[in-house]
Amino acid sequence: MTERRERAQRLEEMARGRILIFDGAMGTMIQRLGLTEADFRGDLLAEHNRDLKGNNDLLSLTRPDAIRNIHAEFLAAGADIVTTNSFNATAMSQADYGTENLVRDMNIAAARLASEAARAAATPAWPRFAAGAIGPTSKTASISPDVADPGYRAVTFDDLRDAYLQAATGLVEGGVDLLIMETVFDTLNAKAAIFALEELFDELGFRLPLILSGTITDLSGRTLTGQTTEAFWNSVRHAAPFAIGLNCSLGAENMRPYVAELSRVADTRVSAYPNAGLPNEFGEYDETPAQTAAFLSEWAETGLVNLVGGCCGTTPEHIRAIAEAVAGTRPREIPAASPHLRLSGLEPLEIRA
Amino acid sequence: MNGLFVNIGERTNVSGSAKFRKLITEGDFDSALDVARQQVENGAQIIDINMDEGLLDSEAAMVRFLNLIAAEPDISRVPVMIDSSKWSVIEAGLKCVQGKSIVNSLSLKEGEEIFLAQAEQVRRFGAAMVVMAFDEEGQADSEERKFEICARAYALLTEKVGIAPADIIFDPNIFAVATGIEEHNDYGRAFIAATRRIREHLPGVHVSGGLSNVSFSFRGNNRVREAMHSAFLYHAIRAGMDMGIVNAGQLTVYEDIPPDLLERVEDVLLNRRPDATERLLEIADSHRADGGKKKAADLSWRQQDVNARLSHALVNGIGDFIDEDVEQARQQAKRPLDVIEGPLMSGMNTVGDLFGAGKMFLPQVVKSARVMKKAVAILIPYMEDDDSGGEPVKAGKILMATVKGDVHDIGKNIVGVVLQCNNYEVIDLGVMAPVTQILDTARREKVDIIGLSGLITPSLDEMCTVAAEMEREGLEVPLLVGGATTSRLHTAVKVAPRYHGAAIHVPDASKAVGVVGNLLSNNRRRQYEANVRDSYQRIRDSYARGQKRDDRVAYAKARDNRLTLDWRGHKPPRPAFLGLKAFDNFALGGLEPLIDWTPFFRTWDLVGKYPAILEDKRIGEAARELLADARAMLKRITGEKWLSARGVVGFWPANSRRDDDVTVYGDEARTEPIAELHFLRQQMPREAGRANLSLADFIAPQESGVADYIGAFAVSVGAEVDAIARRFEEAHDDYNAIMVKALADRLAEAFAERLHQLVRTEHWGYATDEALDNEGLIAEDYIGIRPAPGYPACPDHSEKGTLFALLAATDSAGIELTESYAMRPAASVSGLYFSHPESSYFGLGKIERDQIEDYARRKRIAPQEAERWLAPNLAYDPQVPQESATL
Repeated sequence: MTERRERAQRLEEMARGRILIFDGAMGTMIQRLGLTEADFRGDLLAEHNRDLKGNNDLLSLTRPDAIRNIHAEFLAAGADIVTTNSFNATAMSQADYGTENLVRDMNIAAARLASEAARAAATPAWPRFAAGAIGPTSKTASISPDVADPGYRAVTFDDLRDAYLQAATGLVEGGVDLLIMETVFDTLNAKAAIFALEELFDELGFRLPLILSGTITDLSGRTLTGQTTEAFWNSVRHAAPFAIGLNCSLGAENMRPYVAELSRVADTRVSAYPNAGLPNEFGEYDETPAQTAAFLSEWAETGLVNLVGGCCGTTPEHIRAIAEAVAGTRPREIPAASPHLRLSGLEPLEIRA
Repeated sequence: MNGLFVNIGERTNVSGSAKFRKLITEGDFDSALDVARQQVENGAQIIDINMDEGLLDSEAAMVRFLNLIAAEPDISRVPVMIDSSKWSVIEAGLKCVQGKSIVNSLSLKEGEEIFLAQAEQVRRFGAAMVVMAFDEEGQADSEERKFEICARAYALLTEKVGIAPADIIFDPNIFAVATGIEEHNDYGRAFIAATRRIREHLPGVHVSGGLSNVSFSFRGNNRVREAMHSAFLYHAIRAGMDMGIVNAGQLTVYEDIPPDLLERVEDVLLNRRPDATERLLEIADSHRADGGKKKAADLSWRQQDVNARLSHALVNGIGDFIDEDVEQARQQAKRPLDVIEGPLMSGMNTVGDLFGAGKMFLPQVVKSARVMKKAVAILIPYMEDDDSGGEPVKAGKILMATVKGDVHDIGKNIVGVVLQCNNYEVIDLGVMAPVTQILDTARREKVDIIGLSGLITPSLDEMCTVAAEMEREGLEVPLLVGGATTSRLHTAVKVAPRYHGAAIHVPDASKAVGVVGNLLSNNRRRQYEANVRDSYQRIRDSYARGQKRDDRVAYAKARDNRLTLDWRGHKPPRPAFLGLKAFDNFALGGLEPLIDWTPFFRTWDLVGKYPAILEDKRIGEAARELLADARAMLKRITGEKWLSARGVVGFWPANSRRDDDVTVYGDEARTEPIAELHFLRQQMPREAGRANLSLADFIAPQESGVADYIGAFAVSVGAEVDAIARRFEEAHDDYNAIMVKALADRLAEAFAERLHQLVRTEHWGYATDEALDNEGLIAEDYIGIRPAPGYPACPDHSEKGTLFALLAATDSAGIELTESYAMRPAASVSGLYFSHPESSYFGLGKIERDQIEDYARRKRIAPQEAERWLAPNLAYDPQVPQESATL
């Protein structure tokens, strides 16, 4: 436990001194490997009655070597933080494959692989960290899937809270240093996760640093459930996160105004890991490492960010370019905490003290 | 509050609204949503939702309603207040909202343990909380108990649960007064006094309350209830109440409460005398809405028949009796529409005639419009119910917009009101309207005329773009152009040739009606358009002939004729600090004496110098009335903290270069340049001894080795203005909507003036012994200048980009720049500071191609772009290729 505290302190110190680097896209890297149905099944699920190809989270159990290599590649490229292969390892998302009984094991295994890789790459002067990834799940608590009944909900706050608690418990048990709730498209889902984490931290007797990362669905600048960036921050500020940020969905160029907005309003660190541009007509991302790095280094120089990395389509080459581009740039200074009451609906409302 | 009192909507409360209760118990959630929507539309910034009703499954109703709201963006854009006395209902509600909401309420009534446990849960759900002044002993009714309970709750919440003070909203209980029970007499005063103590001693928290309770004893007498509500709020807000559950329809303007009623109401609320209740009861009846006797002296017009009364109310802009008069007229009329088309329209025609004849003035017309809108709003619900129906026939449909990149809309709004007065339908696209939106709306709504407005020079270009697009898309409707930098010349030369339809400049609001009337008249239109075309052709011809008129000297020569200051005899003062200093929440209170009223009157088309204008034979009376209204609103702006003033000032080492640039350094050693300011130089021929000036001349040249400095500033008071104006507009009150914007502009200027004074006497400190009165300040009798990019000495608006980057003005003063470098909010001022005693304001005048090319090279932009930003200052036509070198 003291070791966890020390590592959390180390993380904070490093973040004070420079801009920290996340890894890139796990999904893109897995895709490159061209794995087959048999790889996904392994011995463990050889007899499973549904197709499993595409269930990436399963690979932590069935092809740990592949995942371990991906982490190692990103670490070699200069990532300070690697994220576990657990984006869809929640009961909700695994139900689609009939593998919800493996959720706990997947999270523990994913956490071990990332932690081991981080420790293997670490030196005393340059520690590396493993972040437990918690995805948004495939369900939304704020929108009805039934057009005829807008008041209906396919999933409740309590369902989500239970699912997140299970995933997070596994990740902590597997040894992650921090948690990252990413690609938040429905803030109510994120709030259920925050609630679950408070319960988990209570039970454990210690807290892990938490990064919350939302996603702006399109150029309207709002989340899928309609919140502006500032409203999103107001809604989750009670989690006192290590960092608040944005990822996925947009390339860096289009994400910039919303990162700037967060940078303006958030009294904590700001993180950002955009996609490698917008997908082309084949759904591929073709922004080059140099292009992505140029955008992010401008953000760094303007003082918008504390942590950067890549999402869909970003490779170790992207991460290397990003790390080089922001090296030596001072991280954004964290503004003083706001003394005002900051409420939100879809839009923010500030009531001055 | 964004500086204001936060209004919490109360209609979605089953225990407060019989209508809402009926809808919910009957399961009519669609109509219940309409109630919520109306509240938001009417300006509620938060909506309170309460489902506490014995016959109802309150948890299920709360969940269902919140889930439905989530699917309605026009409702769910505002935060909700989850209101229940049952914890289970609150918890169920908290699980449905993605935003940060408020729980209403927690209290100590069941002891500390439950209070703390619930507060911890609320924290985990990420909500703020209302805490009632209620403990194990019961609800607090005395000042002492109210404060003590809140202080105890504050300590528990902040120390044991770690709640941020900002997330705590105390409700120290508003109870009914004047009930006839002696113990109740002090309830009003106790709330206000407790509020003051809470805000003083429990830093960071907020205070809220349910207002309507206080006047419970006067149910049925709305005049008295409204007076009680307004007076109570007036005092409670001053004591620190910053939120409240308030029915905006049950408020009157504090200043409008008749003095005799106000005195007795305040006696009751503040418990000023033992017989206060009796004394209020004595006069309460005479103040019923149907028996008003205010201003007895000049109420003779009330004796006339209802049509004459409506006409009088419209012409004189009196809204006090409009409800009853409209109601009476409606009952007499066959259809509600007849009231509009009969007495109301004829009253407005009188207003239009008087305005046209110069016997009424703009502020008065806008006040008349306010009465008209109020009257129409009363009739609309009846018209919707009326099958014989019909819509009022409008004289025409006019689309108005402030063009892309520009945020200034006061003039446009005034024109809109004047046109509406004259029975035109106005579709207002607001500010920063992109050309596609203008054209799409024009086509979809089949408008008769398009009117464009803009204040800054880049908007001139945008208007040309709109004209060209109208041409390309084959529109036929006339295009009107107005706004401070527009002119007949510009419209004739630059706008009209791009569009085959009519393009006409409208110099001010009073001309708009005539122009529109001519354009929409079947008889006059052709002749009128032909006349305008002729006169614009003549303007173009004479412009073309005059093109080569002004001689310019070569830029190199102008540079040689720079102003050379004696830098050996003058050591530039060093500012008290280098870098930035932000001014948050600058006190607005002291700014009123610094207001330059002359431009304020001009905004309202009252032209004349203040204060002489007040005594003017023709417009003096209108000016005096306007000034009184303005002062009354200023009192509220400062007293109720409607607006907050933010600003930033910066100073840096700087030296000029031979090429009219000024290099700004980040360090005293002057090794780290952080910005280049690009200035322009006059190119008119000068007689001997007079220099061709550039602002760069006022800064010591690099080669002089003299350590000089430059300053900059940006200030704004406008962050809240749009929201306030919108609220007035929603209450059909364009007069005050325009007023608040016009005043915000003046306050921003006054703020800039005050800041400059502080800079001279303290922050730069080169004139510590300056002693100027306000007139001296307004007349600029001081040392040093503060020119602004976009204005005569440096007319390139785009230089504001550099200025804003240096000042980090968006972060430090909350001002943003549009693509045309207009500042947003509109009530903002920015500029540079020069300290040299010889520095002075001047106009650049027209400049030649040689300077443009040099300037573009220095700025690293294309010459065409420089020509675009400086279009009004070009001494040549950029379309015509260069022929020969200048002199």
